Amino acid sequence: MIDANGLVRRFGPLVAVDRVNLAVGAGEAVALFGPNGAGKSTLLRMLATLLQPDAGTLAWFGRSGHGGRRDARRRLGLLSHQSFLYPDLTPAQNLAFYARLYGVEDPQRRAAEWLRRVGVAGWGQRPLRTLSRGREQGCALARALIHGPEMILLDEPFTGLDRGGVDMLIDVLRDFVERGSSLILSTHDVELGLAVCQRAVVLRRGRKVWDGIVGGAARAEFDEAYARIFATAPGNSHA
Amino acid sequence: MREILTLVRKDLDVEVRTKETLASLLLLGLLTLLVLSFAFDPTSAMRAEAAPGALWVAVTFAGVLALGRAFLIERENDCLEGLLASPVDRGNIYLAKTLSTFVLMAIAQLGIVPVFVLFFDVEPTPALVGVLAAVMLGVLGLAALGSLLAAIAVRTRAREVLLPLLMLPLIVPAFIAGVRATQDLLAGGSLAAAQPWLGSMLAIDVIFLVVGWLLFGAVVEE
Repeated sequence: MIDANGLVRRFGPLVAVDRVNLAVGAGEAVALFGPNGAGKSTLLRMLATLLQPDAGTLAWFGRSGHGGRRDARRRLGLLSHQSFLYPDLTPAQNLAFYARLYGVEDPQRRAAEWLRRVGVAGWGQRPLRTLSRGREQGCALARALIHGPEMILLDEPFTGLDRGGVDMLIDVLRDFVERGSSLILSTHDVELGLAVCQRAVVLRRGRKVWDGIVGGAARAEFDEAYARIFATAPGNSHA
Repeated sequence: MREILTLVRKDLDVEVRTKETLASLLLLGLLTLLVLSFAFDPTSAMRAEAAPGALWVAVTFAGVLALGRAFLIERENDCLEGLLASPVDRGNIYLAKTLSTFVLMAIAQLGIVPVFVLFFDVEPTPALVGVLAAVMLGVLGLAALGSLLAAIAVRTRAREVLLPLLMLPLIVPAFIAGVRATQDLLAGGSLAAAQPWLGSMLAIDVIFLVVGWLLFGAVVEE
């Protein structure tokens, strides 16, 4: 589905992503871990076609270049730090707008379905800016999935969510993967990341330092490697 | 076309809910005309001579305000990124933003021009239709140029200052043509007499639209 080879992205003198290779196939759920500034968001933005790499190749669903990017935008979903939703419109208006943008049939019905799915149906007709962070994140998830993407990219999706919001998000994402779709998710929280994903990729200073399936005996190996990486990451107090 | 209409409808939905842009444009345009109308003696001939300039100052101020707001709604919650992540053609995002900004500015001008007629004792002749046409051409040029430049300015910290600094020097030729067309029409000239100026404005609008449509993708890409 996504095949990245030798991706590099610089911001001035800073190399945010440094020669990263990443291939993600159908039905795979990949968690991107790493300290702050490891390059997770930059990598996700490149995969989401929002940022051009300075070097390396990137193919989506077997296609690269301008045509590949255009096609990918139709087939990808993106959940970012920001909701991409208009605060003055209602959740129902926002979702119907994005549904129309993606050419979804019967946008209002789909919007209503998704509002129910993410537990925001009762707030569908109020301006988005009056909703709590958790409900807004639920709407953002619905926005990212309303067009039925084959892969979803999520950047720190658990941030600011209460327990109920986290459970809803995990439930929706598990269901998404079980249907054969793929996801790539960046998070600081290993437990939450691995609650959804079977494969972990660890970035540090823009470079991929670990990539593998995490489960059973491999979990201990991953935990050890992850603790080692974090322990040596400058300015990071996480463990 | 479906994409453009969807985007325009969204902008208008936001305006229907907030009513902020239209109210601000009308208020600024009317206040500008009011202040300028007091600058000239009602009995002096200079007032009639200055009237076209006063109208276009009001159009310009309202236009700059409208364009500042047009991309502000895309900045909150990073909505522009949401549009860029969607399969919508970048050129269509530009055209839609130009169209929705034009619609709002045009509605505001429908309120501002009659007040101009009132404040500057302009004879209500059929020539006013030509004046309105000139104003609409000017507003279209502002929307076309401003939508491109606002996309640049909105990502900077000095956006409120940067947008007029970038836009006003480039829009001056269109507005000079607008002032001259308005002068000719208010002086009793026919629409045919003002046609060269109106034609120039139309040509400038087309250039801004084509350049904006071609460059918008490069401006918003990272």
